Amino acid sequence: MWPRLFPVFPDRASTMATRVDALFFFLIGVSAFFVVLIATLIVYFGFRYRRRRRGEIGREVHAGYTLEVLWTAVPLMLTMVMFFWGANVYFSMGSPPPETLDVYVVAKQWMFKFQQPAGQREIGELHVPAGRNVKLTMTSEDVIHDLYVPAFRVKADILPGRYTTIWFNATKPGTYHFFCAEYCGTKHSGMTGQVVVMEPADYQAWLAGGSGEGSMASAGEKLFQDLGCITCHRADGQGRGPNLQGLYGRPVNLSDGTTVMADDAYVRESILNPAAKIAAGFQPIMPTFQGVVSEEQVLQLIEYVKSLASAQPPPQPQQERPGPRPGETGLARPPSGPIPKTTEPVRKPPK
Amino acid sequence: MDTTDALALPKTHYLNAEYGIKSWLLTTDHKRIAILYLVSITVFFAVGALFAGLIRFELLTPPGDVVSDDTYNKLFTMHGIVMIFLFLIPSIPAVFGNFLVPMMIGARDLAFPKINLLSWYVYVAGAIFTLVAIMAGGVDTGWTFYTPFSTTASNSNVLTAAIGVFIAGFSSILTGLNFIVTIHRMRAPGMTWMKMPLFLWATYATALINVLGTPVLAITLLLVAVERAFHLGIFNPAYGGDPLLFQHLFWFYSHPAVYIMILPSMGVVSELIAAFTRHRVFGYKVVAFSSLAIAVFGFLVWGHHMFVAGISMYSAMIFSVLSFLVAIPSAIKVFNWTATLYKGSIALEAPMLYALGFIGLFTIGGLTGLFVATLGVDVHVTDTYFVVAHFHYIMVGGALMGYLGAMHYWWPKITGRLYSEVWGKLAALTVFLGFNLTFFPQFVLGYLGMPRRYHAYPPEFQALNVLSTAGATILGIGYLMPMAYLLLSLKYGKPAGPNPWRATGLEWQTPSPPPTFNFDRTPIVTKPAYSYESEEVELG
Repeated sequence: MWPRLFPVFPDRASTMATRVDALFFFLIGVSAFFVVLIATLIVYFGFRYRRRRRGEIGREVHAGYTLEVLWTAVPLMLTMVMFFWGANVYFSMGSPPPETLDVYVVAKQWMFKFQQPAGQREIGELHVPAGRNVKLTMTSEDVIHDLYVPAFRVKADILPGRYTTIWFNATKPGTYHFFCAEYCGTKHSGMTGQVVVMEPADYQAWLAGGSGEGSMASAGEKLFQDLGCITCHRADGQGRGPNLQGLYGRPVNLSDGTTVMADDAYVRESILNPAAKIAAGFQPIMPTFQGVVSEEQVLQLIEYVKSLASAQPPPQPQQERPGPRPGETGLARPPSGPIPKTTEPVRKPPK
Repeated sequence: MDTTDALALPKTHYLNAEYGIKSWLLTTDHKRIAILYLVSITVFFAVGALFAGLIRFELLTPPGDVVSDDTYNKLFTMHGIVMIFLFLIPSIPAVFGNFLVPMMIGARDLAFPKINLLSWYVYVAGAIFTLVAIMAGGVDTGWTFYTPFSTTASNSNVLTAAIGVFIAGFSSILTGLNFIVTIHRMRAPGMTWMKMPLFLWATYATALINVLGTPVLAITLLLVAVERAFHLGIFNPAYGGDPLLFQHLFWFYSHPAVYIMILPSMGVVSELIAAFTRHRVFGYKVVAFSSLAIAVFGFLVWGHHMFVAGISMYSAMIFSVLSFLVAIPSAIKVFNWTATLYKGSIALEAPMLYALGFIGLFTIGGLTGLFVATLGVDVHVTDTYFVVAHFHYIMVGGALMGYLGAMHYWWPKITGRLYSEVWGKLAALTVFLGFNLTFFPQFVLGYLGMPRRYHAYPPEFQALNVLSTAGATILGIGYLMPMAYLLLSLKYGKPAGPNPWRATGLEWQTPSPPPTFNFDRTPIVTKPAYSYESEEVELG
């Protein structure tokens, strides 16, 4: 009963939580040492050297530089340990493992909307399986928000106009709070919810009982046809726009000679601001879809493009030059060599 | 306190040299301007504290039941704006810096007395705009004005408040310029840089930050106003802007602003420790230069406010390592102050209690700063009550303790009268205890995961919030006590005499209150600061 009424330490329910807590305890140890040291010295000196008669003055102290060097060097070394340890944990937080379950988050005042790749939509609640790497790709429809799950020790701001990500591997089935941690207006403190971590089998059962509207990729495919994308981005490579088969996750040569990785941010930008980066060999003729598609639909289109990643790019007519050489000539082409590092399986809609 | 019998106030001094409201509103005497600032910032401290009290009252229970969510958001916004821009930033420099810089270097006034008066009027103009924003219904953006919320979504008085802060900034710039020129050009014969009291080094470093940093805040707020009024795409991606640009610009000023608040306090503590140990501050040069180091490096760490904001992992690492480096000069200062106690002649008078309290609270504030500089831990604790507790330990536990210490130490010089020492000590202890009870539970709350700026919260956070509110009540009493006994001392306090603490320093070698032009003859300085071992002042 006592811990429920007066908790002093949060749930620890992800692989990252263990690493963060270890570092936290190290910091507590160092801090406690210095607080006790300074407090003891102040109290001891305050008593030992208290003024005993009027007109008394402090006695001269002759100390070499040893002491000053010591109390500069020791904190410096300790802080460098903290820096490297902290940077190491942070680097892991910012580097999602290659195989993840990708869930998409669209935040708006004052709610979080989640969509699973299998198609399930949720608001204010997120179901994830335990023991699996889950990556959240997040964007906002209005102001800056922030998704924070204390039990997982993860947090990231959610910005309008770009994607940020969080990943975690939940270790313990259970229900955990999440909060919006970036002030976003009147109902900021109501922008909360819970992550439901389930045993993998339960999660599968939950998915099966879903809405049945199809996977995100299939919704994206439908949009791809309805919006007419398919008339230019033809699968046979003969269209006015680049062929999207096998595009995702590979470098793309641009008309200005640079190269860009075909990731979520690139696909998003190409839909909403097509003129920003033109694939080499193509004309900037694509119209913008800003205001035509919602943030959720953009994410569905991305899932669709992603689902094409494992498809073989169509054979290129001339293949003298295998790898891309950015900046070499203005005649660079889309990459021709098959160089996918990881191939995402095509996600199948639940039965 | 060493009391000397049969002291009387000097016949004429700066307070009674002239009478009438005009003699105050048109004065160019740095001491009178200090008093003008003292009165105005005390008013705003009371306003800001009232907001804080309402916030703590609301947080007594988990649901939002005392005020509406909109009102709550406006309360914490106005608490931040008023306390930071209208109280903490001007506090020590504008009151004690104004009063003491000329006296400590043996000058008759600041270099530009009229600009000094102008700076107070500019401050008042900024404050009036802020008050108008409050009266007209408040602002709900948080004191940080984050875009695109502040430029599009908020329907509160953002422009008025931003103009208020914009104008108040020019007051800091003018005061900073005045201090820099005065310290460079107007030191008495013999007062070399290395003989200066450490308070002057700290004030000088603060003035540098004010002059270099404040214009960036002004520009940033101007850009917010332009985007809000004309929908020019600067910060809002919907218009083609970049929301992170705002955060970079804002923190480029607002992180150094933390040092604007804490450096003067560090200077005060150096003075107090020296005076109440009758010792030269251990490692004088290191303490002096560490103020400058903090001022310079403080400009290079703004990104540590943005570790989860969406900046690149590698720039976060650079900002993290720089933040650790800026912690070193602060740690050195703490060790030096503690070492000064060794073999000192320690008198635990009220100002000294504030100074020692400062060291304790600043140590905790500084060490928890390491937690938030550590990338992997910051991700969890940023934007939670851990950060709220951390910066209150620095800005209240540090800056405000220094301010109260200064108030008690120089009060006899400013007013010529002694306050009740017993009440002084009691208030210092009350503030220390109340402060810790208010803010220590917030560290625990933050690690538990309670986000900041929350009007309502889940029930498991209640117990710690109740402790915090109880502490705030004690803290409030601790603040009311000095207001009472200091004001009473104006009428009933015994005359202090020129040097009630038997301290070194030019300001103690002239009557209390000082004459309008501070010194009858320009003093000639032969010894470095805190030369107690060869003190010519009669040590009673």
